[in-house]
Amino acid sequence: MTIEESISSTATSTTRTVPNGLTACSGSTVQPWSDLVRDDRVHRTLYTDAAVFAEEMQRVFGGESWVYLAHESQLPEPNSFLSTRMGLRQILVTRDRAGALHAVFNRCAHRAATVCREESGVAKSFQCPYHGWTFRNTGELVGVPWPQGYADFDKAAFGLTTVTRVESYRGFVFGTMNIDAPSLGDFLGHAKPWLDYWIDRAPGGDVQVRPGAYRMGYRGNWKLAYDNAGDGYHPSFSHRSLLEMASRMGESKDMSYFGKTPDDGPMKSYVLGNGHSVIDQRGNYDGPGSFWANQRPQPGREQFEAQIRQRYGDDADRLLDLAIGSQINLSIFPNLLIIGNQVQVVEPLEVDRTQLVWHATTIGGVPPEVNTLRMRTQEDFPAFGEPDDQANFEEAQRGLAAPEAEWVFMNRGLDVTGWQEAGPDGVVVTAVTDELHMRGYYEEWLRRMRAEV
Amino acid sequence: MKLGDLPARYADTTSWSFHVDQAYYDDLDRFRSIFAEDWDAADPGEWHRVQNFLSREARLIDEGRFNDWLDLFAGDCLYWVPVNAGGGDPRVEVSHAFDDHRRLTDRVYWLRTGLAYSQLPASRTRRVIGNVETITEPGGLRLVRSNFVLNEFRNGVAKTYSGWYGHVLRDTEDGLRIRLKMVNLLDSEQYHENLTLVF
Repeated sequence: MTIEESISSTATSTTRTVPNGLTACSGSTVQPWSDLVRDDRVHRTLYTDAAVFAEEMQRVFGGESWVYLAHESQLPEPNSFLSTRMGLRQILVTRDRAGALHAVFNRCAHRAATVCREESGVAKSFQCPYHGWTFRNTGELVGVPWPQGYADFDKAAFGLTTVTRVESYRGFVFGTMNIDAPSLGDFLGHAKPWLDYWIDRAPGGDVQVRPGAYRMGYRGNWKLAYDNAGDGYHPSFSHRSLLEMASRMGESKDMSYFGKTPDDGPMKSYVLGNGHSVIDQRGNYDGPGSFWANQRPQPGREQFEAQIRQRYGDDADRLLDLAIGSQINLSIFPNLLIIGNQVQVVEPLEVDRTQLVWHATTIGGVPPEVNTLRMRTQEDFPAFGEPDDQANFEEAQRGLAAPEAEWVFMNRGLDVTGWQEAGPDGVVVTAVTDELHMRGYYEEWLRRMRAEV
Repeated sequence: MKLGDLPARYADTTSWSFHVDQAYYDDLDRFRSIFAEDWDAADPGEWHRVQNFLSREARLIDEGRFNDWLDLFAGDCLYWVPVNAGGGDPRVEVSHAFDDHRRLTDRVYWLRTGLAYSQLPASRTRRVIGNVETITEPGGLRLVRSNFVLNEFRNGVAKTYSGWYGHVLRDTEDGLRIRLKMVNLLDSEQYHENLTLVF
């Protein structure tokens, strides 16, 4: 039996059997997936097999543990709602009349039609356009047309399916179907201080996700994006066009530090546990005004800088730095990527098709010029950087179609002397091109796929 | 700030964008509101002239002559592909492209590095432009509204884009030059794969 036959033949069973031909330690009980996820490599079918994808959408994306759903600024008032997805489940994230957060399946309890077809808005209840069933924004069935047609109808049994747990960490709203999942705080764990840094850059922690996101798509598996997000190895190569363009006017700025043997520089990668990781680029900068000084010029830079310096004097460096990205890339498993000033959400569509939604952010407590500059800086990478990565993801997906070449490697940094250093809290810091972030997140992937969370 | 008022140091707008100030954003609001109005039929001579200009601009892009295309833009130009078709407020929203002269020069440079993997192989495009309307605004600028259908083939995948263009043109000694090219995709805020082609 080939691996693919084995996967498709077992995908519907709850306990996964191990492909016959690859069992490493015969005679002993082998953990499911252990032949496809090894210390230094993963099997290509994790990126190509529709049965694996179906199981991921259930388990990795909500069935076992937390998934990012929305930012509270997208739900600004009581009875706000936002359409989103948790894996392949259509979800409405809502606020009730008191402002508390909920998430319900946007799927009629009657015959499955999408109940609400708006992207966002304000509504106390939703009426399904198909047969007129009406649900409160917390999921309870309010009423059905002509109820005399039902014998012994128990309305309480026909509410919208609800996301079992919905919690917010400082505006970032997560959900899971698993009542026994760890607390959101425990799940975020060592990612929390990094998320705090990102939020606290905004005066008063006031971050606003803007309407009008980039919905970028590529023909490849969702994990290609997650593999990339914590990867300090690729920029010198995948982003050569951006780095070359940046040198058009002489002195090269911005991401150019990735080109100079980055493992010897001040950048570090941290593997934070539970699938999370972060690349810290701040070591390339020095003191207030340094982010701004090293930013490649964007539209309006000169005029707005002159105005801000004139008006705010000694405070201008701090304000101008806030127009520039955070200089961290924080990946929160499985679908939240904090990049620069943006909130990027990984939305798997099919085994070989993915949407990456890039939400730009403004912040409170700064003059409007800072937010306008912030828009211009947030346009740069999605235009001249991300598309080249996505082209490479698509070419990787093409390469993964070859059955005889089975493995995707993540062994860079493995057993290299002097790279990884574990702190007392378990966080491992390592060289920025180490593929430890992949090895780290596959541990969480396995826990979810094995229902061991 | 008007180009003629720029300090000498900032006069080269392929390197500096001192002129992009609040008034620059205010101009966009003004252009957008004129684009939203009903216009009287144009004089046939003017209509023919802008039609020729749009056809020529389209051909330069479709033939990959990006340096020649860049030459059609004024120093205070904007090549703008908003995420919200028709505009939105660029002061607090991002755009697919919000290219002043410097960033547009960067974009052409980027396309021509030969290292932009999203354009290796390059997009092949052909577009048809129709429903052309034009008026002159009181300040002397010429506004043009048109519809487009754009076919792209790249790396085994054929796609169709459609929408409307809003052009603001300035008459100069060298002929018409683009002050604003606004590209309003029918589905600008929706899922798109690889928007690195030139619209």
